[in-house]
Amino acid sequence: MISLLFILLASLFFSGIIIRTKSLASGRKGPGIMQPVKDILRLFRKGSVMSRTTSLVFQVAPSIYLASVIMAILVVPVGSLPGVFSFRGDFVFFAYALALGKFFCIIAALDTGSSFEGMGASREALFSMLAEPAFFILMGSLALLTGHTSFQDMFAALHFGSYVSYMLGVLATLVLILIAMIENSRMPVDDPKTHLELTMVHEVMILDNSGFDLGLILSAGHLKFAMYGALIANFFTGNLSVPLTLAVFLGTQVFCAVAIGLTESFMARYRMNHNPQFIFTLSSVALLIFFGVLVILGRI
Amino acid sequence: MMYVSVKNHQRIPFSDIPVTEYGAFRELILHELMANPDDHCVQYFGVPMDGGIRLIVCVARDSNSDIRISSCQASSENTYPSCAASKPALEKFEREITELYNIQFEGHPWNKPVRYPWNRAMQEQRMEQYPFYTIDSEELHEVGVGPVHAGIIEPGHFRFICNGEQILHMETQLGYQHRGIESLFLKPGSVLQKATLAENIAGDTAVGHTTCFAHLWESLCGFEPSAQLKYSRTLALELERIAIHTGGLSAMCADIGYQLGNSVFGRLRTPVINFFQQWCGNRVAKSLIRPFGTHFPFTPELGQTLSAMFDRYEPDFLEMCHELFKLPSALSRFEKTGVVSLEQAAEIGAVGVAARMSGLCRDIRASHPDDLYPELQHTPIVKHHGDVYSRTKVRKQEIEQSLAHIRQLLTRIPAPEDGLSASAPEVQAPGPYPHSGHAFLHQSPAPAPGMFVLSLVEGWRGEICHCAITDPQGALVCYKVKDPSFHNWLALALAVRNNEISDFPICNKSFDLSYCGHDL
Repeated sequence: MISLLFILLASLFFSGIIIRTKSLASGRKGPGIMQPVKDILRLFRKGSVMSRTTSLVFQVAPSIYLASVIMAILVVPVGSLPGVFSFRGDFVFFAYALALGKFFCIIAALDTGSSFEGMGASREALFSMLAEPAFFILMGSLALLTGHTSFQDMFAALHFGSYVSYMLGVLATLVLILIAMIENSRMPVDDPKTHLELTMVHEVMILDNSGFDLGLILSAGHLKFAMYGALIANFFTGNLSVPLTLAVFLGTQVFCAVAIGLTESFMARYRMNHNPQFIFTLSSVALLIFFGVLVILGRI
Repeated sequence: MMYVSVKNHQRIPFSDIPVTEYGAFRELILHELMANPDDHCVQYFGVPMDGGIRLIVCVARDSNSDIRISSCQASSENTYPSCAASKPALEKFEREITELYNIQFEGHPWNKPVRYPWNRAMQEQRMEQYPFYTIDSEELHEVGVGPVHAGIIEPGHFRFICNGEQILHMETQLGYQHRGIESLFLKPGSVLQKATLAENIAGDTAVGHTTCFAHLWESLCGFEPSAQLKYSRTLALELERIAIHTGGLSAMCADIGYQLGNSVFGRLRTPVINFFQQWCGNRVAKSLIRPFGTHFPFTPELGQTLSAMFDRYEPDFLEMCHELFKLPSALSRFEKTGVVSLEQAAEIGAVGVAARMSGLCRDIRASHPDDLYPELQHTPIVKHHGDVYSRTKVRKQEIEQSLAHIRQLLTRIPAPEDGLSASAPEVQAPGPYPHSGHAFLHQSPAPAPGMFVLSLVEGWRGEICHCAITDPQGALVCYKVKDPSFHNWLALALAVRNNEISDFPICNKSFDLSYCGHDL
């Protein structure tokens, strides 16, 4: 339960730090850290406008999307603090809870009948599909290494002994950061700041959402950031005491947010047809981890 | 001789332009006027005259600075064989003639309306009936963008036919901002009103269009501008080029999601437009250029400010360009995106940056120079790949070149008293918002009767052409405006073919075409 609170806490400032980093990097003062949360609160006080061409799918999709993210967060532990619940194979539950939310987001976008949203939906579906193998190869390798199949047990049993295993930790962090950036539609795959419908991926899918619904989708986005941040933090917390765990957890979140902000400030986003190539590299890095695990276990 | 040769804004009696019948006129255009690769049609329009329509064609030859003009008498009862069928550069001119006078051209590739229909000959045509090109296919899909856009750009509709992410065909429908500029010029009014009108043809080219108008009007009235006037116009044109190109680079960085370039180039544009504010009280240089005189002579003090401003601008600009052109992620977006080949650019008659980026050396500053350009010995910047990278590079190098031109000009600022034209000795000292002191405009000479003048100016976007005809009483019977975008929109449509639809914004921005300049 405490882990859930930690993640909720981190989600409050994660996006604010990204925006502030980008502002400072471009020579501007930028809005306050809490501005994204204030924006969401403002949206929650508004009603939603729905296109007459949309159906029930469009109305329920934002709620399902947020619910799916919260469901996924429930199984994520923070260090030695367990998630709200944990069972064998919960990382599969984690991935497909998120996929369910994404599925509803995509069919809601198609529901509007807009050609833009159709394009966005097709891109989002393609990129998540390509990112999925990387996640499962990574988690499968960890399961193989530790002999457990739930997040809680895997991270608890994960202790790095040799140089090879430290290298695996670094690679796993890299893969998770990049998956987080793809899943959260950040640069270099997607540009959350652009106003150009034709180049958007995630933003164009939610063009039709407004007011309360948009607030739900945005808060789900913030939660997803903190959730992936928590997964990354778990590689470093080991079996530390609770205050130390909290320090490592918050430090990792801030580090991730600043890293995303700096990346987005100093590089251009990829051309759309280079994105699949980029995402495939994640799978190959994950395969590298898999072979590393086989080496450690002496099976090769 | 079936045509008459003139120089840039040389005044000739309208009766000197030979009139032929259409068959000979068409042969003349296809086989003589546009025979050389450096010939490009700068204006082709109709004027209601002698119970029919007089078609006037003006083709510029870059190699000898000539503009060759011929005309023919046509009427809306007949159908004529199209010139555009073999010279695609003329396609939009013919469409405009059809739209305004209902003259039909046989064999025109796609004779559809150009603008919003308020002064169309066929009043029953509506925007909703616009004949888009369609493909009957299960696999392909259409994407319509605009006329209302998410950004701050002007209204225009783009219709894509796509195979997945790949654009097979793009069609541009403009005309939403058709304000009737050309007919507003014909209304009786003061020179000041006309100058203000010219300033508002395209908000981002205020200097270019007003300079073009001033050249034309002064020539029509037989007025020779002073050295100070020529000086301030040349300087203002180059300053406008620097300001808009810098802003353009900023916007291109924004379109590829490169935040650093976006904010640094955006910041660098500000001191340049702020200098205009200091000079004439307006950041886009409105009210700076007037025929016969100026309220704002360029003084040595302004010269010092400008020089100091560029001393701060240049190192930052060069550093940012260095960063941009070595950034792999930016280069992968720029290179080989939106390619227009030299053959295509020449065929459609591209002008300005859109011509020079594909190896077509077309620059009025070099081919038909005016003001102080003959002394500056301008050499056009030409690139050869025709992609977004070339267009970016042309902008960067043109900024550097304009900086060099301005530094050269700053070494010889003419005496301030030259700034006031002979007819206006009592103009008041320039203030931020002068409301009086249009003396030089009120005492100006009147246009000569029965004349024809065509004026060309290289604005930052490319060749601007204004053209006027006066009647035997000296009143305007025709005023024709052509912004470089009129030619270049077709270049954008060709550039995006077979590109990804997500690369359309960067292609569009790299051409940076005007909607209102096209729509008039």
